[in-house]
Amino acid sequence: MTTNPDAQGAMPLRSEQDIVMSRQMVRKLTQALKFSLVDQTKMITAASELSRNTVVYGGGGEMRWEMLQDGLRQGLRLHFEDQGPGIPDLDLALTDGWTSGSGLGVGLSGSRRLVNEFEIRTAVGEGTCVTITRWK
Amino acid sequence: MERIPILRMGRYLLVTIQVDMQDQTALALQDDLAARIESTAARGVLIDISALEIVDSFIGRMLASISGIAGVLGATTVVVGMQPAVAITLVELGLSLDGVRTALDVERGMKLLTAATMEHDLGDDDQS
Amino acid sequence: MNAPQDVLNELINNSKESVLTEWLAESFTGSAAAKSLHQGHAEDARVLLQAFQEGLQARGTAEHFEGAAWGPLRQRLAELSANRAAQGATAGDTSHFVLAMKKPLFAGVQKRFTAEPQTLMEAVWLASTLVDRMAQFTVTTYQRTREDIIRRQQQELLELSTPVVKLWEGVLAVPMIGTLDSSRTQLVMETLLQRIVETGSEIAIIDITGVPTVDTLVAQHLMKTVTAIRLMGAECIISGIRPQIAQTIVHLGIDLQGITTKASLADALFLAMRSAGYTVSRQKS
Repeated sequence: MTTNPDAQGAMPLRSEQDIVMSRQMVRKLTQALKFSLVDQTKMITAASELSRNTVVYGGGGEMRWEMLQDGLRQGLRLHFEDQGPGIPDLDLALTDGWTSGSGLGVGLSGSRRLVNEFEIRTAVGEGTCVTITRWK
Repeated sequence: MERIPILRMGRYLLVTIQVDMQDQTALALQDDLAARIESTAARGVLIDISALEIVDSFIGRMLASISGIAGVLGATTVVVGMQPAVAITLVELGLSLDGVRTALDVERGMKLLTAATMEHDLGDDDQS
Repeated sequence: MNAPQDVLNELINNSKESVLTEWLAESFTGSAAAKSLHQGHAEDARVLLQAFQEGLQARGTAEHFEGAAWGPLRQRLAELSANRAAQGATAGDTSHFVLAMKKPLFAGVQKRFTAEPQTLMEAVWLASTLVDRMAQFTVTTYQRTREDIIRRQQQELLELSTPVVKLWEGVLAVPMIGTLDSSRTQLVMETLLQRIVETGSEIAIIDITGVPTVDTLVAQHLMKTVTAIRLMGAECIISGIRPQIAQTIVHLGIDLQGITTKASLADALFLAMRSAGYTVSRQKS
């Protein structure tokens, strides 16, 4: 699998305006990859959730993107990384996001259902990195 | 910071969301609407989201909040024009927005509001 | 002593046209149909050879065929494989074409390096293992392309088998036939929602008479569809629930959460018309 060197990048996620910018960026990327409208919407919405988590709960961080090419299929991979407090009980956040009412859990468990691949690395005091991938 | 304009049509308030809102813009809209409902004794609020291509959990919860707040202030809320891709995504996110009334477009939304308002008024008459 | 990549690269640089000609001649299978394909193959060969050279110049090895050096070549091979698959060629045809590249490379190196057996051996070995990897790659891609084609045809079949019909002004219906899986329901959902917007219909009926079994997963899919329709401002009725399915739903403890259900499409239509404000009366004959 190769990553097109021309199609990767990063942007800061520090303010509310950055959350809006991240949505616009992911829209541009999914349109360039010619995703269907529903798939575009799902990916942009997932990015919005995770960007917000990074800004609001992670104390700010960045979003990195890569356009992927695996033989004939194309995809988009996004990483949301912060150096914030980390998530103490990940299982709880992922399954109980809704009932606990915490915005963080909502964004995590929700976005997981919107993408094909979902990975999360987090530890208390060591920050968080969420990686999501959507294939065409 | 931009503010979403609120139009008044008799006893109803009409909001058309056409921009990709920042979180604080959404919160400001919530505050502005609550204030306007109160100051105009509005009976209904119509929120047109036909131009919104993305509704994430924050906006979704804002819509539910507005509906709840308006209800407490005596007004019915109808959200109209949700795009198919948005509806599909919201459901996948796990948001069903129970308690938020919806309609296909502004015309039908107004029909719903006038019917709901009439019921409300009839109810008032019964009590007097 | 020359690196085998350089040996091959120089060979191709010095005698590109004859390498191409020999390659095509070797791949030519001899039938009339193959002859017409031959023309297109000349361009394919040229393009592949170019990418092959790029990999050699980047010092790629056969062991690391998945590496960055062979990126362009893999891309070209994938395109070749996909094109041939779409044209109806077999995996064998395409790999035969690629393998035929060995002959001119071997012959060319042999001519130049008879006196240097070490160099000759390394170059021949590199050429052989590389071309083998190339052929393997085309077969893998070919299979994947065929799978994609089959999947797309299944999708089209799906679309044909779940039409959205207008039963009345403002009332749409989708008769579902066969098993309801995730991709099927997704497709129905998207199509139905789109039609609701286009026609401004406020009521959609999903008829599941033709669905053999309903389990928790299927019920979930249906509920997602109903919720999406509600969010848009329309209503959804599920009809065609056979007694066995009703029993299964109760047994599994599936909570239909306020979804309106009717045993028959006729009942659903009647309900829909009433909701839309119509009354049906029979004329006195």
